[in-house]
Amino acid sequence: MTDRTYTVALMGNPNTGKSTLFNVLTGLRQHTGNWPGKTVTHAEGECRHRGALYRIVDLPGTYSLYSNSADEEVARDFLLFQRPDVTVVVVDATALERNLNLALQVLEMTDRVIVAINLMDEAKKKGIHINTKKLAAKLGVPVVPISARNREGIDALLDTVDAMAHGRIHTTPLSIRYSPEIERGIAKLLPLVKELMGDTHPARWIALRLLDGDASLLQALKQPPQRLIKEGNAYACCGSVKSV
Amino acid sequence: MPAADLSNQFDQLMKEAKSLAPADTREQIVSAIFQTSAALSQECVTHTAAAKRDRTEQIDRIVTSKQWGFPIMLALLAAVLYMTIAGANVFSDSLARLFGTIETYLTMAFQAMHAPDWLHGLLVLGLYRGTAWVVSVMLPPMAIFFPVFALLENYGYLPRVAFNMDRLFQKAGAHGKQSLTMAMGFGCNAAAIMSTRIIESPRERMLAILTNNFVPCNGRWPTLILLSSLFMAAGYTGGWNTFMTAGVVVAMVLFGIVVTLTVSWVLSKTALRGIPTHYTLELPPYRRPKIMETIIRATLDKSLYVLKRAVTVAAPAGVITWILANLHIGDTTALAAFAHRLDPFAQSLGLDGYILMAFILGLPANEIVVPILLMGYLSAGALIEADGLHSLKQLLLDHGWTWLTALNMMLFSLLHYPCGTTLVNIYKETKSAKWTFVAFALPTAIAIAVTFTTAQLARWLGLV
Repeated sequence: MTDRTYTVALMGNPNTGKSTLFNVLTGLRQHTGNWPGKTVTHAEGECRHRGALYRIVDLPGTYSLYSNSADEEVARDFLLFQRPDVTVVVVDATALERNLNLALQVLEMTDRVIVAINLMDEAKKKGIHINTKKLAAKLGVPVVPISARNREGIDALLDTVDAMAHGRIHTTPLSIRYSPEIERGIAKLLPLVKELMGDTHPARWIALRLLDGDASLLQALKQPPQRLIKEGNAYACCGSVKSV
Repeated sequence: MPAADLSNQFDQLMKEAKSLAPADTREQIVSAIFQTSAALSQECVTHTAAAKRDRTEQIDRIVTSKQWGFPIMLALLAAVLYMTIAGANVFSDSLARLFGTIETYLTMAFQAMHAPDWLHGLLVLGLYRGTAWVVSVMLPPMAIFFPVFALLENYGYLPRVAFNMDRLFQKAGAHGKQSLTMAMGFGCNAAAIMSTRIIESPRERMLAILTNNFVPCNGRWPTLILLSSLFMAAGYTGGWNTFMTAGVVVAMVLFGIVVTLTVSWVLSKTALRGIPTHYTLELPPYRRPKIMETIIRATLDKSLYVLKRAVTVAAPAGVITWILANLHIGDTTALAAFAHRLDPFAQSLGLDGYILMAFILGLPANEIVVPILLMGYLSAGALIEADGLHSLKQLLLDHGWTWLTALNMMLFSLLHYPCGTTLVNIYKETKSAKWTFVAFALPTAIAIAVTFTTAQLARWLGLV
């Protein structure tokens, strides 16, 4: 066993139960609510599993990584500059299609992704069945069904995190084919991006974002944030950032 | 590589990218992603049961409808407040009696030890009694209000409130998401200021920041509930009394929302001009909350947290207030002198010097305004034992309170400057001393104007 602490980021659309999962994993009592847009800065906690220590980071819920707003930038910058060892994308089993949009974007940024399908209990009640094996094969990354409220599937998720953190899982993330025009643009930019950024950053994704004219990303690349906004203790009437 | 050089190379890269990008890049990217997601879920998701009519949709058809949306919202708020007030009365009295008994024993212990009078005064009459008052009048309403509110929140009702309010905010020239940040302000304005980050446009975000303070937060709910139950329904008895009390607090909240919308509207026509942007508000499905967990968490996280804040700030404040009250300058005390100096201005607002002093000293946290006020009054001579709401009301009456004093203190509390923590957060979020000052001065000016108007009007009409 190594003494290293592994960083695990939780991502997902708003209101998919990230904070509930965060609480289950860390044993912390972050305030949760049925309420999109609660987490605006990230919260951190620790979790121990099979002797290894994990730093769990709960990122704000977002629909995309296109830096439309400050909270999307927080999530994007964390993936880009902190490069977590494992990113768990929490998706809502009852609205899989919409939630996959974000998962696909995360897959473009990093290959160390686990998709956790949450709210399986609710989906079951609604008569929704998800073939997780097939989805895992298509996405090229592990897919774990969970129900964070009922603490179901948490061990399986942690085992997968453990395997990925220790490099025992090889992933082949699905890469979206864009229109010929865009693919041509990416192909031209790719060598330039690689030359400038080296191999540490997701070059294809950066090329794509530059094509889209993402000025906020350009700014962040020029001046990588030294320190991401951390949860402070300067909140007046609440135990945590997310309290209402 | 020097930073300027690197920066140039990135700009070069961006230029290159721009020349390569087709005009509808964003649409092409988004549609590729959407198509992939759709194909994936087509393959991996099967619906077994014939899709039942969604219960969420059925409920939403009623609670977000044009006719019923607002009445249901008001009725729910009134019901929550009714429960709070009815329940709090019971606990408050018994808690106060308990603290009174303990105080008797403490005094006996001090006498047995032959402790000097000043020590007894400082510790028992200052620190202990002040803290006991705070706990007995503030804990009961919080212990009921917060868990019930949290249940509504976890069930998923708050986004519906935002949905109902959305149209009004759009009309006021603000972003619809401001209804979400406003709803968050009912919990904590400091946290709500952070939550305005979900609003993309800087103009609309500034509107949300400047007006967030006009809804009561955790620190101010107890003040409103307490004053309303003491003064606003004096002519009624029993259930009607509670009903009227709740009604007055609901009216306060409505007034706060009206001020929020009005100020947003005026600002969006003047200093912060612009057209509201569009967005989609997602309504999450109703989920049955884990009831016990929610109640326990709300009690621990919110009630105890607010109380802890109140007590940790109130206890030292109690000591300082006691010292000020016993520090004699000529034939008066320092405390009385300070309050006296504020008195003429405070009177013109329908308040008194002690109330205004409590608001000024209460800048760090709204929770401590009532505690400081009580300590000020208690130290001013009228030494009464804390034995519940009746003696509290007597204390206030002894200091010349009328229904107008209570009303104006409620209004001032609702409208005045945000607490210190909120101001710090506003500065952090706007990075502008100017806007932080506006966030302080604007509500204060409104609070002064409104209380001045009601006071002068009530006196002119001969109502008090």
